[in-house]
Amino acid sequence: MKAIVKISLKDGVLDSQGKATYHTICTMGYDDIVKDIKIDKLINIELGDIDKQVAIKKVEKMCQDMLVNTVIEDYNIDIII
Amino acid sequence: MSVVIVRFPGTNCEYDTKYAFDILNAKSTIINYDENCLPNDTKLVVLPGGFSYGDYLRSGALAKMSNIMNSIKIFASSGGMVLGICNGFQILTEVGLLPGALKRNDNTHFISKFQHIKVVNNDNKFLQLYKTNELLNIPVAHHDGAYYIDKVGLDSLKKNQQILLRYCDKDGALEVLNGSLEQIAGICNTTKNVFGLMPHPERAMEILLGSDDGKNMLEGLVC
Repeated sequence: MKAIVKISLKDGVLDSQGKATYHTICTMGYDDIVKDIKIDKLINIELGDIDKQVAIKKVEKMCQDMLVNTVIEDYNIDIII
Repeated sequence: MSVVIVRFPGTNCEYDTKYAFDILNAKSTIINYDENCLPNDTKLVVLPGGFSYGDYLRSGALAKMSNIMNSIKIFASSGGMVLGICNGFQILTEVGLLPGALKRNDNTHFISKFQHIKVVNNDNKFLQLYKTNELLNIPVAHHDGAYYIDKVGLDSLKKNQQILLRYCDKDGALEVLNGSLEQIAGICNTTKNVFGLMPHPERAMEILLGSDDGKNMLEGLVC
């Protein structure tokens, strides 16, 4: 079992890396098709064989305690069996 | 009075900080992140600058889970003074001892230079030896220094006079340095015993090194 945590900056919090990357992509000639770029984090957590609901609960706690800074970040958890 | 300077893996300002307190004749000790308790005679805890845990995940995110942090939380909640400088400030926001968060500088650059800052509130031990609106010239050196807090949090900081320092130019006009909300360079908690700032007062202790404008900050905490 695996948990995939996707972490993004909240709406309204400037993604400076995404913005810098967007501007560079535009200078490469993609400005006609690229409207914006956001850079997220993806954390892959390998889990033992545990109940899916228990896994969600525990990974949720990991996010709240350390993986995510909820002042500036949102997150989403996917459990893959 | 005993100053305890906490070193995490990747901290690199612990000796500068100790040197600064030596100049002030304040007894200081460097302790490691994996200690369980603060020394009994601790009067001030300083989380110095550096790159704890290589800034992995987020600056300060891994350091906040260190053994010593529980003791620091208890110490702060019972009124003990805690100062976080640069990475120390990031750790204090991560652990929740100070509100808000420090995010990547808006221009994505690591900024390292002398910077003017303005004293916003001196009604606290940390800035008690300065005048309100006094201009200081103190080095900054950071990649993740853009202070962020939501509207409710910002209103609360203003209401409780928790905004301590703002970035400005040499004439005192507010200046955008790193994308920090309202040019905030330093804050404190509501009970005014936990302080955090991105500039490095320990690097501005003697004219020989360019400025001694930081001296009164540390002096204010130990006098």
